[in-house]
Amino acid sequence: MTTNSSQVRTSSGMASSGVASGAAANAREHSAQESANAGAPQRGRSAEAVLRTPVDIFETSESLVLMADMPGVAKERLDVRVDGDTLVLEGKVHFQLPEESEAVYADVRSTAYRSSFVLSRELDTDKIQANLKDGVLTVRIPKHAALRPRKIEVR
Amino acid sequence: MFARFNGLPNSLLDDFWRLQQEVEQLLGDGLPSQGGIRSLPRGSYPAINVVQTPDNVQVYLFAPGIDPKKLDVSIQQGLLTIAGERTIPTEDGASYYRQERFSGEFRRAVSLGDDIDAERVEARYRDGIVQITLHRRASAKPRQIEIH
Repeated sequence: MTTNSSQVRTSSGMASSGVASGAAANAREHSAQESANAGAPQRGRSAEAVLRTPVDIFETSESLVLMADMPGVAKERLDVRVDGDTLVLEGKVHFQLPEESEAVYADVRSTAYRSSFVLSRELDTDKIQANLKDGVLTVRIPKHAALRPRKIEVR
Repeated sequence: MFARFNGLPNSLLDDFWRLQQEVEQLLGDGLPSQGGIRSLPRGSYPAINVVQTPDNVQVYLFAPGIDPKKLDVSIQQGLLTIAGERTIPTEDGASYYRQERFSGEFRRAVSLGDDIDAERVEARYRDGIVQITLHRRASAKPRQIEIH
C-alpha cells in the first residue's frame, strides 16, 4: 500500500524572499500559520488544534529525506505540496467510531496534521517523491545534479 | 510593533503559539487524561485513545510504522497490555538534522474493568493505527428491568 509521486502537487516556484537559502539548515520548520497561505487554519481557539508530527530529517549525497509520523491518515486524506519555497504536509485522521460511543481516555484530541518546512535552493522540487505506508510519510527531495556538493581535489 | 517579525519563519510568536497549542492539548477538553500508575506521559509513543459502547471497548493505538505481527497484545485480569518494538532503518551515509520519531521497544497498558470477555478480542492494523475491539460479557451489560 504505497503511493508515489502522484501525490505531490508542485505549485510553480516563485522567487523566495531570501529566507531559506542558508547552507546550514536545509529545511527549517516554521510552524504552520503563515498568513499568506489560503486555507490555513486560523490562529485562535476556534480552529481545531493541529497534531504534532514527529519528523526525522536526514541528508544523503543525492537527496534530502523527511519522514513524518502521521498515524490514521490514508493517502486520500494526505496533501503534500510545495508552495513557493515551502514544503507543506497536511493530513486528516479518518476515524470510524462506533455508534453510541463515549470517549474514556484520549491522548490524541485532534484529527488534523499540519507542518511546513522551508526548502533551500539546491533542492529540486520538481522531482519530489512522496510515499505513505502504515501512517509514515516519506518525502524524498533530490538535489539538483549541478548543485550537489563536489569534492574538490587539492593538488 | 511585532509586524517586522511576521516574515520570520521560526519567529518567537510561532513558537509561542505552538507552545500554547501544546498546553491546550495537554490540558485537553475535559476528558480524563490523568492515568493510573502504568500510564505514560503525554507525547509518548504510541498514543492511545479509548472509547466505549454498551457492548464493547475500543482501544486505538497510534503506532505508525510497526510490523503488526510482532505486536504482543494480552489481557490479564482486566488489564490490556500492548508491547512491541519499532525499528527505524537508517540509510548509508545519511546525516541527520532531526530525529524525533520514536525508535525502540514500547509497552502500554489499559485498565478495562472486569466485564471484558478475554476470549473475544479482535485487533486490526490500518494506516498506522491498531484498533482493538474488546467485547463485554453479556451478563455484564446493563439490563432493562421491566416493572409490571
